[in-house]
Amino acid sequence: MNELALLLAATLASGTPLALAGLGLLLNEKSGVLNLGAEGMMLVAAVAGFAVAFHTGNDWVAFGAGALAGMAMAAIFGWLVIWLGTNQYATGLALSLFGGGFSAFVGVNYVGKKLAAKSAFEVPILADLPFVGPALFKQHPMTYIAIGLTIAIAWFLYRSRAGLVLRAVGESPESAHALGYRVRLIRLGAVLGGGALCGIAGAFLSVVYAPLWVEGLVAGRGWIALALTTFATWRPARTLLGAYLFGGVTMLQFYLQGEGVEIASQLLSMLPYLATIVVLALISRDPAWIRINMPASLGKPFHPGS
Amino acid sequence: MFRLEARPQASPAMALVSPLLALALTVVMAAALFALLGKNPWSGLGVYFFEPLNGRRQMTEVALKATPLILCALGLAVCYRSNVWNIGAEGQFLLGAITAGGVALWATTSGIKASPWVWTPLLMAAGVIGGMGWAAIVAFLRDRFNASEILVSLMLVYIAQQLMNYLVFVPWKDPAGFNFPQTRTFDAMTWLPNLVPQSRLHIGFVVTLVLVALFWIFIFRSWRGFQLQVGGLAPAAARYAGFSARTALWTALLVSGGMAGLAGAMEAAGPLRQLTPHVSTGYGFTAIIVCFVGRLHPVGIVLSGILLSMFLIGGELGQSRLGLPNALTGVFQGLLLFILLACDTLINYRVRWQRSSASAGTAR
Amino acid sequence: MIEMNKRFLLQAAVAVLALAAIAGCGEKQAPKPAEAPKAEAKAAPAPPPKPEPLKAAWVYVGPVGDAGWTFAHDNGRKAAEAEFGDKIKTSFVEKVPEGADAERVFRDLATQGNKIIFATSFGYMEPMLKVAGEFPDVKFEHATGYKTAPNMRIYDSSFYQDAYLAGIIAGKMSKTGTIGFVGSFPIPEVLRNINAFTLGAQTVNPKIKTKVVWVSTWFDPPKEGEAAQSLINGGADVLLQNTDSTAVLQTAEKNGKYAFGWDSDMSAFAPKAHLASAIVDWSGYYKKAIKDVMENTWKTERTVWGVKEGANDLIKIADVIPEEIRKKVQEIKDGMKAGTFEVFSGPIMGNDGKERLAKDIKADQAWKDKVDFYVKGIDGKIPSAK
Repeated sequence: MNELALLLAATLASGTPLALAGLGLLLNEKSGVLNLGAEGMMLVAAVAGFAVAFHTGNDWVAFGAGALAGMAMAAIFGWLVIWLGTNQYATGLALSLFGGGFSAFVGVNYVGKKLAAKSAFEVPILADLPFVGPALFKQHPMTYIAIGLTIAIAWFLYRSRAGLVLRAVGESPESAHALGYRVRLIRLGAVLGGGALCGIAGAFLSVVYAPLWVEGLVAGRGWIALALTTFATWRPARTLLGAYLFGGVTMLQFYLQGEGVEIASQLLSMLPYLATIVVLALISRDPAWIRINMPASLGKPFHPGS
Repeated sequence: MFRLEARPQASPAMALVSPLLALALTVVMAAALFALLGKNPWSGLGVYFFEPLNGRRQMTEVALKATPLILCALGLAVCYRSNVWNIGAEGQFLLGAITAGGVALWATTSGIKASPWVWTPLLMAAGVIGGMGWAAIVAFLRDRFNASEILVSLMLVYIAQQLMNYLVFVPWKDPAGFNFPQTRTFDAMTWLPNLVPQSRLHIGFVVTLVLVALFWIFIFRSWRGFQLQVGGLAPAAARYAGFSARTALWTALLVSGGMAGLAGAMEAAGPLRQLTPHVSTGYGFTAIIVCFVGRLHPVGIVLSGILLSMFLIGGELGQSRLGLPNALTGVFQGLLLFILLACDTLINYRVRWQRSSASAGTAR
Repeated sequence: MIEMNKRFLLQAAVAVLALAAIAGCGEKQAPKPAEAPKAEAKAAPAPPPKPEPLKAAWVYVGPVGDAGWTFAHDNGRKAAEAEFGDKIKTSFVEKVPEGADAERVFRDLATQGNKIIFATSFGYMEPMLKVAGEFPDVKFEHATGYKTAPNMRIYDSSFYQDAYLAGIIAGKMSKTGTIGFVGSFPIPEVLRNINAFTLGAQTVNPKIKTKVVWVSTWFDPPKEGEAAQSLINGGADVLLQNTDSTAVLQTAEKNGKYAFGWDSDMSAFAPKAHLASAIVDWSGYYKKAIKDVMENTWKTERTVWGVKEGANDLIKIADVIPEEIRKKVQEIKDGMKAGTFEVFSGPIMGNDGKERLAKDIKADQAWKDKVDFYVKGIDGKIPSAK
């Protein structure tokens, strides 16, 4: 029983960076912009966050630095894609590539450095509850922030005027423009917001989860986060669950290996990816659901006056 | 304020100037970066742009590295023109290597002797089938379950990598290999015949060029190719005209999967001659960039494949000759792509200087 | 959006040609490569010309900053550079993938005048062998491999000795009786280490159990951390690893458990959790190899060094470890240094009940090369066993 509680706790921790990045990409995509540069943004943010944590000793300032770094990278992307109308897929890929090289480049002096020791986190009182305590209440605050953000973003998208405008821009930028909304600025806002969240995810990896910096630290999690938004059919709650599913199955297969299960570890390592495909197939069966939720203008550029 | 104004029609002059401008800008930025790092800018540029083509051996290496990139990118071009977003070429590449490797291993252990001209087509066919099969999973899940091909193809990449790991660690492990993760070396009769003596360039390169021509015909001159592209550009019109979206989906994925698989087979039977966990160095993903830089056009893809190979090789040379950090290659590739994409805007838009922001009208 | 311009053909070709022209012109003006040693102008009389420095190159599979495997090799290179001064000129290429690209890198290094080239990962074996055949007067050195040629030889270290010593400590410090290992890939070296770790622990606590988790990578800190967490959740309270980052150690610290450093001194990363660091020092070998080339005594052989030659060691042993264990570790280290202590001495039972080494027999190198089983005390099957 205790092992199950620990597995749940590990799942929450493992899913948090994926969830944060996934939510950021969700915002992006709801406005109609597909940013394939998640990996690059997360890497640059990770090195920025680590450097700031190293010099200031303050994790939260580091997360802020990560967010800013993510936004800076997203701004380059946003300018190219929104104002110059370049192909979104290619530009995103270029961002990933550039981010990888750039982060490795500037991070050279931070490899092998360590951060100040951290204290363990737990929610007082609740953490002492049997089973539920260790399972849910001994997480880093960022895990709870991620859950809170999911609710906040869901509220924003589906219950607030601003969110409605954002979704309108994503569905039909021409109509939104005709109504007088500044489509390009709104899209930029979404892109920057997405960049900030991806940045926090990257900083979380390097400052809390690992915690260290080395090139390639993100190791493909940006791509997984991208895949998750599709998996989640662009709904915030599903993004969170998808992140936990992925993180959970990853921890599960480690657990199975440790128990000496006699399946080759390479095959067990396939589990998280297989699980994602299977669940996706099951939940995608309704094409109407996808049509309702996928932003219609996703991937297409918009030019006012064109 | 600078403002972008749509041109009434695409400017042919800019179409010519844009890539030149982009390359010139990248060269300038690269030189600046080199200087910043304390290296001679000319040597730096030389190592990236000149050295990789300096000599016959060097040129064959560029061609060798470009071959899998071009093959994968050709297939992806068909896919992307049809608006099918296959990003799992890497996985399809690995499956092609696995199936071709499987045939080669069978040939090696079974003792059947035949000329390379028998084995080579067989291996290539095996590779195509392997890649197609892997892509078929993506097509099936999209067709039957509406599952996004972006996600499925990406997940299948990781699964393919683990599958390769499993195969070289367990059933196909070389018994004389001291338990290291690799298969036997393939018997010489299964190796791809060499094209240029004293080099590693094999006939796969010729096959690739032939395919470039075939793809050009397919995309620009065939009815099916036309259907696919209309389906990608204007799905409603395509439906109205009776072009089947389902056929387009399957065609696009099978073609791109087959091409990636072929590339994988060539890599395994060409320079490597065995299977290891390192058959691919991310060819499937780099090919996506090659595809876009080449503007989804077969000839453009050949040129951009060569250019990106030069960058990759230049990165290695930069390290060994000048002590440049490895990370620079990624920075350059990203920069080149950014600048190229930005300059391409000039083909369809004019830059206008606007005095006051009180200009009324549609633009905001 | 997507321009299907026929003119694209022409302009793209022009672009590439222009590029080559620009660079070509630039190249002619380029001075010699920036790294050339400065020749000092001397007044008359001219001294005898200095002999050309010996060019030595290293090829790495990872980044030099990985603080692990590649970092250790690069430290060895730097030590050799310091030792020989301006008699040698070293260079390196990092992050070279172990596939078809490696061959090109070796060939280029050989044509650039390097007289000795070191390849620091198993996957470089076949490419290096091919290139060695084409450059008979260049010496090739391959780490952790098994194929040789008249101008190619192999070298390796004995990490398992460090793992054994760590095991002794782990056996004592584990309160739950379960220790954990984060493994990269199930290759013989890693299996040796896992077995040695377990055997060492069993000398202190015969009932010790080892749990193994494979991450299928040499380097992915978040994943290594997750694997470590999973082991801790499963009851392991002392961890060892074969991956290259400090993540496992840091995860142990976070959970209040113990772990060891690997490849380099990692004590600074986890003051409470760190028990000792298992290190490798390649500098001795690199100095010897270069000396062999300089003095023309180079010959094809296989060199496996360990604690005896100073290539492996367990250092920074923590104060929290009881005195009797430290004494035991030192004793065994002395035995290793004297060459009298062999980690793999019979009887050794596999975890499938089969006897793998008879009583009183000391394993030879061939036996060690072929390790493909888990010793008793480890659950599960190796993911490379049929």
